[in-house]
Amino acid sequence: MSEGYLLKMESISKDFYENQVLQDVNLNVKAGEIVGLVGENGAGKSTLMNILFGEETIHETGGYRGTIMFDGKERNFSTSFDALEAGIGMVHQEFVLIPGFTAVENIMLNREITKDNFVAEVFGDRMNTLDWEAMRKRTNKAIETLEINLNPNMLVKDMPVGHRQFTEIAREIDRESTKLLILDEPTAVLAESEAEIVLKVIKKLSQKGIAILFITHRLQEILDICDNIVVLRDGKIQKELKPKETSAKEIAEYMVGRELSEQVSGDKKARKFKETVLKVEDLWVDMPGEQVNGVSFEVKKGEIFGIGGLTGQGKLGIANGIMGLYPSEGTVLFNGKELELNNPKNALKNGLAFVSEDRRGLGLLLDQPLSWNVAFTVMQVKEQFIQKHLGGLIKWRDDRAIAELTREYIDKLDIKCVSEKQFVRELSGGNQQKVCLAKAFAQNPELLFVSEPTRGIDVGAKRLVLDTLRQYNEEYGVTIVISSSELEELRAISDRIAIVNEGQIAGILPPSAKPANFGLLMLGKSELEEGA
Amino acid sequence: MKKKIRGIISSIGVPRLLIGLFLIALFVIAPFVDVRVDTSINDVIARFGMNAVLVLSLVPMIKSGCGLNFGLQLGVIAGLIGAVTSLELKLTGFAGFFAAIGIAIFFAIIFGWLYGLLLNRVKGDEMVVATYVGFSSVSFMSIMWLILPYKSPDMVWAYGGSGLRTTISTEGYWFHVLNDFLKIELGTHITIPTGTLLFFGLLTFIIWAFFRTKSGTAMEAVGSNPEYARSCGINVDRVRIVSVIMSTIFAAIGIIVYEQSFGFIQLYNAPLLMSFPAIAALLLGGASVTKVKIWNVVVGTLLFQGILTMTPSVINNIIKSDMSETIRIIISNGMIIYALTRRMKVRS
Ligand SMILES: Nc1ncnc2c1ncn2[C@@H]1O[C@H](COP(=O)(O)OP(=O)(O)OP(=O)(O)O)[C@@H](O)[C@H]1O
Ligand SMILES: [Mg+2]
Repeated sequence: MSEGYLLKMESISKDFYENQVLQDVNLNVKAGEIVGLVGENGAGKSTLMNILFGEETIHETGGYRGTIMFDGKERNFSTSFDALEAGIGMVHQEFVLIPGFTAVENIMLNREITKDNFVAEVFGDRMNTLDWEAMRKRTNKAIETLEINLNPNMLVKDMPVGHRQFTEIAREIDRESTKLLILDEPTAVLAESEAEIVLKVIKKLSQKGIAILFITHRLQEILDICDNIVVLRDGKIQKELKPKETSAKEIAEYMVGRELSEQVSGDKKARKFKETVLKVEDLWVDMPGEQVNGVSFEVKKGEIFGIGGLTGQGKLGIANGIMGLYPSEGTVLFNGKELELNNPKNALKNGLAFVSEDRRGLGLLLDQPLSWNVAFTVMQVKEQFIQKHLGGLIKWRDDRAIAELTREYIDKLDIKCVSEKQFVRELSGGNQQKVCLAKAFAQNPELLFVSEPTRGIDVGAKRLVLDTLRQYNEEYGVTIVISSSELEELRAISDRIAIVNEGQIAGILPPSAKPANFGLLMLGKSELEEGA
Repeated sequence: MKKKIRGIISSIGVPRLLIGLFLIALFVIAPFVDVRVDTSINDVIARFGMNAVLVLSLVPMIKSGCGLNFGLQLGVIAGLIGAVTSLELKLTGFAGFFAAIGIAIFFAIIFGWLYGLLLNRVKGDEMVVATYVGFSSVSFMSIMWLILPYKSPDMVWAYGGSGLRTTISTEGYWFHVLNDFLKIELGTHITIPTGTLLFFGLLTFIIWAFFRTKSGTAMEAVGSNPEYARSCGINVDRVRIVSVIMSTIFAAIGIIVYEQSFGFIQLYNAPLLMSFPAIAALLLGGASVTKVKIWNVVVGTLLFQGILTMTPSVINNIIKSDMSETIRIIISNGMIIYALTRRMKVRS
């Protein structure tokens, strides 16, 4: 091994045709070392990891330049299977799971434990019977390490995002031959306490001698567990830091390349609201993994109402239910009128809008341009950006107006892209999230549900997103209901915060309440009432 | 510079580039092996006109995510019913042609609706089920052609007097109504079937325009991500059925255009393998199972029919034996296999 490094990436460069994404990047990792990789959305973090992992998209778009030494040999993995073979594991930013398979099947895929049988002796390995018992045991062990309540027999497509994330992590920690593990934003959808478990597991793995490459936008996590921090900006290595000698603020400044003012949070003035805009009574939502079991609450006009809680407790189910995406029951009054449930179109028509936590599943048209993504809902539901001909018989799509609208949001939200015609699949994860927000804003909603709005968004952009939400709230009077696994974010922006536990509201607190009280509610332990 | 070439090649696509070059090579060799270039060009144009609408008919179902329409035969059958009924009614010229289309559309709507209902129940396996539907509908109609009470002496078996013949001539009814409309003769060997090309142009325009409307956009979104479409309040199942009906209608019209140019209505097992050449042409044109553009239809049909016309005549003249059928099967099935394996690579 050269100078004791397990991995040496040297002067790696990559372009997607005219778009230079990485330039002469060097990255060294020793065995058992945890290296944190940080950078703004679109800085090239995932691309760098995809190169290392031999992803096909890299080869299909013309390959890369530079050399990779891994485990003492020069490598150029042409598929991810080769990378796996060599001992590299990867948890992807966008999950790579098979939706129609259960957690066990996904975790065990291609590493099935087999029992010999008669047929196999004649026809070879492929005919071995699967040893389900042993596979389930191993899966359970992997899940136990993660201390999480995940049903191994649930189909991935029925899982909430948090559980999908755990499934993907479980798959990687189960592999025995792994020498280097790449984790691309594994904590983005997790609440703090859950993220802590993942961090603990990462530490444990590194003590076993496995090297870790860890990407996250939560800088505190980087400071907590990394031995080395690498800051990437616009495809170049900007700075290498030691966690002991730096701070979150300094890292952030290297990321964005300018000084940042201290975050002002928490000291919002308590606002007063009168009218009730949304009244939910005894709402039940059958969303697998995020069941809601009879919640009642009221949201005032012009308010920002936060919903927090642990993964799988139902905080995400509320918005999904009201928007008609999962079967639900109960009464929802919007502006005093009863809202028909289980009818997405009706909810949208009435002026509700939704930014889903599942951006790849139902938030985006990945294989269509940005412009379609931004304008599609408005166009279908409100018939805007449509030119009517022959007395309304022909409803022509107004591509020019759509392009204009999209460019406006690209500017406003600072979306990093080539043009409004670029396919959304080609954007970085954080920029895809911004497209989801643009889609919702374009609807000019009266009430906006946002789930995990800052998932995978860098520090600078997170401020931007939260500021934008607040700006829409203050200037246009949009009422916002925000569900998030990040308590800090909820406290920074909300007027009141409801904590959901086991599908019910455990309590509603003002943002100024002590974090410990929120923590208790999340575990369903306290009887604290509103205004405490 | 290198980047630019790379970009151009990838936008044309390697398969199209190779086939295109091969086709040009065939035209260059042709005169040396006693194959007339002008008649060859004439053949390619005529065959393009005959087949293009059938290829176009595949577009709506691909756009809505129902995949390649391996059940194209269903639309063809609707077209055949329209054609024989129009003959039975003794309608000639454009009246006969458009009556055939009108009747065919009526049946295509019914067939397409049922077919769409079926495909909605087998999401994910559309193409397999479609293949069965295509084959079994042809078998079913083989019985029906014998039983249905058509009487016209031009169509029923000469002796016995009941049951339709396998091949019925459109001569004297609406043979070449489109082909001869405004036709242009270039020299003695090339005739441009202007009417057929114009009619294809019109249908292409309709498809193109549809996908620029609100409903067309919704259909494309359903194909891209049905969950997304559902969350925007779109009735995904209904949109898919509409797309299947559209594809079936266009296939029905396509076969009637084919017949007026070819001169014969072919019943019984003739429609059995209709879907493969059409699908192969579209894939050759650069479409995939999930993505299609209008130009794929035009380029694909031209290349496919070009190869089909040129390869047999040139190769036959070289090796002096008849290989045309073999070559056709190799090309069309080869293209389909190529495209289906490519689909495996683009995972989500
Ligand atoms: N397949 C692709 N085709 C074209 N451009 C691409 C493709 N994949 C990524 N890009 C571009 O490369 C740049 C870097 O993307 P990358 O996904 O590496 O960012 P990232 O650092 O992981 O950001 P994030 O924090 O948002 O996940 C982006 O500008 C993106 O648009
Ligand atoms: Mg990324």
